[in-house]
Amino acid sequence: MVMKKIPKEKLLWMYRTMVKIRKFEEKADELFLGGELPGFVHLYIGQEATATGCMAALEPGDYITSNHRGHGHLIAKGGDIKKMFAEIMGKETGYCKGKGGSMHIANFSLGILGAFGIVGGGVGVGVGAALASKLKKEGRISVIFGGDGAFVQGIFHEGMNLAAVWNLPVIFLIEDNGFSEGTVSWPKPGDPRKTRNIKNLGEIGRAYGIPGVTIDGNDPIAVYEAVREATQRARLEGVPSVVHCLTCRQRGHYVGDPELYRNEKDIEECIKRDPIPRFRKALVESGIIKEQELTKIDEEITKEIEEAVKFARESPSPDPKEAYIDVSDGVEV
Amino acid sequence: MPKKSFADAIYEALKQEMERDPSIILIGEDIGRAEGIFGVTRDLWKIFGEERVRDTPISEAAFIGAAGGAAICGLRPVVELMFCDFFGVAMDQIYNQLAKIRYMSGGQCRFPVVLRTTIGGGLGASAHHSQVLYSIFAHVPGIKVVVPSTPYDAKGLLIKAIRDDDFVMFFEHKTFYAFAQLAGEVPDEPYTIPFGKADVKREGKDVTVVATANMVHESLKAAEELEKEGISVEVVDPRTLVPLDTETIVNSVKKTKRLVVADEDYIYFGVTGEIIARVVERGVPLKVPPRRVATPRVPIPCSPALENEILPNKDKIKKAIKDVVSPSKEI
Repeated sequence: MVMKKIPKEKLLWMYRTMVKIRKFEEKADELFLGGELPGFVHLYIGQEATATGCMAALEPGDYITSNHRGHGHLIAKGGDIKKMFAEIMGKETGYCKGKGGSMHIANFSLGILGAFGIVGGGVGVGVGAALASKLKKEGRISVIFGGDGAFVQGIFHEGMNLAAVWNLPVIFLIEDNGFSEGTVSWPKPGDPRKTRNIKNLGEIGRAYGIPGVTIDGNDPIAVYEAVREATQRARLEGVPSVVHCLTCRQRGHYVGDPELYRNEKDIEECIKRDPIPRFRKALVESGIIKEQELTKIDEEITKEIEEAVKFARESPSPDPKEAYIDVSDGVEV
Repeated sequence: MPKKSFADAIYEALKQEMERDPSIILIGEDIGRAEGIFGVTRDLWKIFGEERVRDTPISEAAFIGAAGGAAICGLRPVVELMFCDFFGVAMDQIYNQLAKIRYMSGGQCRFPVVLRTTIGGGLGASAHHSQVLYSIFAHVPGIKVVVPSTPYDAKGLLIKAIRDDDFVMFFEHKTFYAFAQLAGEVPDEPYTIPFGKADVKREGKDVTVVATANMVHESLKAAEELEKEGISVEVVDPRTLVPLDTETIVNSVKKTKRLVVADEDYIYFGVTGEIIARVVERGVPLKVPPRRVATPRVPIPCSPALENEILPNKDKIKKAIKDVVSPSKEI
């Protein structure tokens, strides 16, 4: 079995990361409903395996571009949840000094070259980062996270083509959670809604002369294996890839979304595919890890979350004059 | 000092900066073996190689966005876009991404990207190849806007733009490139001109004309003709719209107490209105209401008869100047 080939330490990291994302998001949900978060919040609940499996295959120096649903990407890339809670609360101790908030939370020193609130907005930056890596011969690769919504943006296709013709080390990681905001993305029998005509987007690679696969995005091992293979092609041959991860968004597009576009059955099916209990069960059944070890991780993370929220709550708001800094140097504001 | 064309000046700035700094790359449509649509990039692809002088697919959004990503990761891209009108297909990358990532991230990155493009009418190139549009970009936070009007300014401002750590858009009037009369003295060695420093292109005492790009030359011609009629015109070229040198403009208007603004961009909600607002906000006393000469709210037509009708020019500037110096118009 594939799992046995992966070091126990990495498996434990995967489990810990997925649980950390889940608990972070559950807390963010609670904080938003309690009126403690400004703006809009888009939860990653149900998609944890995708970010986790992907980051498990990357080197620390590799780049990613994130999006409006980006908390999970940052946690998996090594983000400090204290600074993350502070950022989404708009505090000065946040990663972006409170200027970015939930949709733009990023830490460049971890290789996250921004989180983009415009769907597909980060594609260009991700391609350009790979160009810099190639010209500077740094061996870093660039993973562009985009959903099934971003896939139908023009720049996603321009980006795939440009990366292909320039032989850039890029992975287009499509996190397909089934919904483009409030519209079903791929055709289902008896449902006239769709945002594209084919289900498996791994096939799109052929249109650009690059490899592509469609995998189960709720299985962190499957994501890890697919991304690892793509990183090898990218790093050694400068060949970009498409990795299409079929996952599932358990919550609304944003906190407060009445979800008029989906029914209870759909949500139930989504929860049945929940990646965390499934991975936990597989770890225990494989005999590699004991249940108690996992329970201990759960408890540690609960504590870590509480401490991080305390830190963020106690952090000051930014000085209002901070609003004028970091625009363009030497320019009247 | 040697005389050089506007295109020579831009070419020389690019070449000298690329020699100085290997992290500078050029990205754009037809800038390599085609040597640039207006013959600016010439043989740079031969000198610096096709990794550093990169022809692109016609995918403006992707290659402008990619310039942003490359800049975050240690390169200094200079992008050429054939016509400013083409920015429409890449607007999200420009005004939401390159302009804002530094700020949104709390200052975690810098954006040493220069976007060079061409502006302006007068060639009968009609609605999609003749606009000016820089006021759109001057409106958005996070973009510096440079508009040179002479070969000397072009070289010094472009070198400054390339060395700047912020996102700069650089607008070149397309009638300038090969315009023999515009050829001017340009030092062979590299030099910079600071942003936010207007240049008084002609001194005068009766009226201030603030003019940009091609309107600088139309205003100078108007000033020369009006001198024979006894009207002394001062011509101020801001050179950069963001940052804008309000001081120099205000000081000139304090002296002349009369203001005309001449600009080829569309008249409403643009540069002309902004410059007048800056002067009025400073409480500078004017003898007569200010006037603006700009392109009306009309897409640029092809026929020279129609294009000439709408574009601002020397005669329209002369008329506006005569209006504001007329004693009957005094407040």
